[in-house]
Amino acid sequence: MSGTQEGGGIALRNVTHFFETPDGPFQVLDDFTMVAEVGSFLALVGPSGCGKSTVTRLVSGLLTPSSGDILLGGSLVTGPRPNVGMAFQNPVMLEWRDVVGNIILPLEIVARDMPQKARVERARELLELVSLSGFENKRPSELSGGMRQRVSLCRALVHRPDVLILDEPFGALDAFTREELWLVMQSLRKKEQFTCLLITHDLRESVFLSDEVLVMSDRPARLQYQTTIELGTERSLKDLYSVEVTELLAHLRHQIEVAQGRIGSESQIIDS
Amino acid sequence: MNALGRIVVPIVAVLIFLGIWEWIVWVNQWPNYKMASPSDLGPAFWKFKHLFLQYGFDTLWRTVAGLGLSIIFGTVIGMIMGFSRVVREGLYPLLIGFNAIPKATVVPVVALILVGRDDLNTVLIAFLISFFPIVVSVSIGLSTLEPEYRDILRSLGASKMTIFWKIALPKTLPEFFGALKIAVTLAFIGTNLMEIVEPHGKGLGHLFDSGKISANYPLMFAVMIALAFLGIALYYIVVVLEQTFAGWAERG
Repeated sequence: MSGTQEGGGIALRNVTHFFETPDGPFQVLDDFTMVAEVGSFLALVGPSGCGKSTVTRLVSGLLTPSSGDILLGGSLVTGPRPNVGMAFQNPVMLEWRDVVGNIILPLEIVARDMPQKARVERARELLELVSLSGFENKRPSELSGGMRQRVSLCRALVHRPDVLILDEPFGALDAFTREELWLVMQSLRKKEQFTCLLITHDLRESVFLSDEVLVMSDRPARLQYQTTIELGTERSLKDLYSVEVTELLAHLRHQIEVAQGRIGSESQIIDS
Repeated sequence: MNALGRIVVPIVAVLIFLGIWEWIVWVNQWPNYKMASPSDLGPAFWKFKHLFLQYGFDTLWRTVAGLGLSIIFGTVIGMIMGFSRVVREGLYPLLIGFNAIPKATVVPVVALILVGRDDLNTVLIAFLISFFPIVVSVSIGLSTLEPEYRDILRSLGASKMTIFWKIALPKTLPEFFGALKIAVTLAFIGTNLMEIVEPHGKGLGHLFDSGKISANYPLMFAVMIALAFLGIALYYIVVVLEQTFAGWAERG
């Protein structure tokens, strides 16, 4: 709604984070810095358990960093804020509500004065974008995994958030459904305005969807590698099988192995 | 199964059951004082119809009152235990221990403490015997809320109360009604336990007891059938409530 303030979409500055555990502090992030320009799409990849989800929780204000600053639209994040939308690997739905009822849930919290009719209208608009028109009054139990994830994306975007956080939303889907969802994501991006932070384990997904791919090192995570994806805004799945993309994927794969500590650090180059 | 079948089939099952019962009594030539047969029950009901209505009402309202207390206290305690780990871990052993005590041993204690207050002590036993499943179901329903639910709402700045009303409460309803089906039968047993163990001239339990004293076996069996009938009625009331408020949990 408010859209683009000065100073970038998402910025993490020298963020260090510890979790308190019975065995003492447990460091997850170490001096982590990253910037996502307004309207850009960033993919965050890295070894399992390196702290990617911690980044999403910090950006959404669910966690406060031990040190360092997090900025959304140029202002410091001090707690949860309504201009963030989230979708997770597990597309939890309120089983007692129909599809529209699930999508408008965030509006009931951040836009209490919005008339119900306008809310439903907004939900229909999004359902059309994700090719689910006609499913407005279905129950979540009647939907397939891919459909549920589409509904979950609509719910994340219904209140026109400035920032969209996707925490492995396509991770549990089969390969073909996943590719379909990538295309859905692409068309959502054309119609809706948001800065997106995508957490993924799928390198092809990160390359297909994003403007920039960031590789995080193993815990405690730092930014290890960052590269810009030059594939333009009109991407097709076929592009993923081009020589350039294949080379890029091999390069990213190599960076992940470095992050996992399987390959020496001499190949750690930051070239963006 | 269509709507007619859903009514006819259970009725046929009951008739077959009564037929077998009648046949067993007839084949063995059992006299009335050994085992009453279904054909003895009609006259027994007719003869004592005013007592059945009056005592049946006593039993019914005290059961419902006890169950009502269970729902109120069970939900409140279940909520506290669902949201607070410390309270949950602290109260569980106490609740389990309390639930493990046979209620037949509690009946004389309650009857003695609240001597003369027949309605109150009967309602209390119905409550004591039936609130445990409700506490457990509500606390488990709340404590197993998927973190994603919470995160989606919390990241928008929703308050704890909003999360409770919009998500936690409706999500717990299927478990709650599952427990209520158990609790309604338990409450009914509790009421009758008090009426039979400590007879005080009220309720179907008292009618059963007077049947026993006067060796009126058809009356005793008629009371049992009346109790079964009330139990079924209460159970199906809960089922209707469940379908109204938590019908979404049923997968087609």
